[in-house]
Amino acid sequence: MKKILILGGGTAGTIVANRLAHRLRAEDASVEVVSDSPLHYYQPAQLYIPFGEEDPRKIARSERKLLNPKVSLRIDTISEWLPDKQALRTAKGDTISYDYLVIATGSVPCPEAVEGFVAGADHFYTPEAAYRLYHKLSEFEGGSLVVGVGGIPYKCPVAPLEFTLLAEAFLTHKGIRSNTEIVYTFPLNDVFQIPSVVPVVRALFERRSIRAETFFNLEAVDAEKKVVKSLEGTELPFDILVMTPPHKGAPFLRGHPMADNDGWVKTDRNTLRVNGLPNVWALGDTTDLPISKAGSTAHFEAPVVVDQIEAAIHRQEPPPGKATYNGHVTCFIDAGYGKATILDFDYSHPPAVNEPDEFRHLQKIAFNKLYWYLVPTAVI
Amino acid sequence: MDGIKITKESDARGSFCPGPLMEMIRLVRSAKVGDVVAVISGDEGSKKDIPAWIQKARYELVGMEEVTAGATRILCRKNH
Repeated sequence: MKKILILGGGTAGTIVANRLAHRLRAEDASVEVVSDSPLHYYQPAQLYIPFGEEDPRKIARSERKLLNPKVSLRIDTISEWLPDKQALRTAKGDTISYDYLVIATGSVPCPEAVEGFVAGADHFYTPEAAYRLYHKLSEFEGGSLVVGVGGIPYKCPVAPLEFTLLAEAFLTHKGIRSNTEIVYTFPLNDVFQIPSVVPVVRALFERRSIRAETFFNLEAVDAEKKVVKSLEGTELPFDILVMTPPHKGAPFLRGHPMADNDGWVKTDRNTLRVNGLPNVWALGDTTDLPISKAGSTAHFEAPVVVDQIEAAIHRQEPPPGKATYNGHVTCFIDAGYGKATILDFDYSHPPAVNEPDEFRHLQKIAFNKLYWYLVPTAVI
Repeated sequence: MDGIKITKESDARGSFCPGPLMEMIRLVRSAKVGDVVAVISGDEGSKKDIPAWIQKARYELVGMEEVTAGATRILCRKNH
């Protein structure tokens, strides 16, 4: 019997585990998930915590309950990966071997990587940080709000744009928009990395008097003087600074021969195999692929990994046309005021973006509620 | 570019916008004042994006040279 080990109990790892449990007979393979948390977080909900629209206590559920009963779950942290021995070591001192390995350990926000970030900046990339920001925004009486991206790549590329637009609507409802300046910063020469998205965002920013500061690569935060500095020499004063922290892969992957210095695993863009290893795959935020680190990416990648593993176990080639990832990603952009738009794209087709509308907003809200029943359970 | 000592170079061929630019920013961050760093890019957009960033950051664009067909080496001096 073959042993399939899945690292990570997030969206990617959970979908792969449940799909494999459906597809494989128990006598052919065992499936085990290793996660450092017993809880599964619906991370897109964190965006809404600062505005009081989500309760941080209600965005996580038991990973055990989301997994098919045939999948075993081990709560531990991977400390070392030994590809030559087909084994991993854990923080609790265990050694786990595998026949097939799926790496879905996600991305980790690292605010401590920037001087002054922890003392002077806020973010919404963990439930705790998002809740601290909720208190700060509740007490905010106006001034300068700076929102920005502190490094590329980062989790959910549209989230900082969404936060900016939602904050503008929130401050308007609160009656303090007229005495608040909103500045959005981005490391590149425009407001987003996908050119076809830029005109819609620029138009929204113009209509809502949001100033964009581009080529702003976060260098340091002076918490005492309340000034954020860029590598390019720009300094922006702030009353509240909301920065997307630099992100890295899981600690055991940083500098590993199969990953780069930041821990992004070297992954084939179509097969999702980890380069050079026939029995190891990576998906979701974990990879070094130049695509969005987003739940939908993991969702569309998971069937590819499952098809590949199933074919490998049965010593077959994957069915023609299947088991190939085409770069498909879908992201909603919540624009505030009950409106949203959607980006849908792949390696060959950039997104065509429409003006935000009420229908897309309802779709996004419905998806946020239905996630638990449809996505990790692999119903869709 | 004869006679110019490159302290660090990154071959970013195979990665597309904004990969090569982010690679240049990463090299400049880790360089000392006076160092020259270089990125080799196969992405046509880099010939515009990287010099624009160098200008914005007030560093020095030392030069650009064709390495092979479709691949350009872009050199930047961290002068402050």
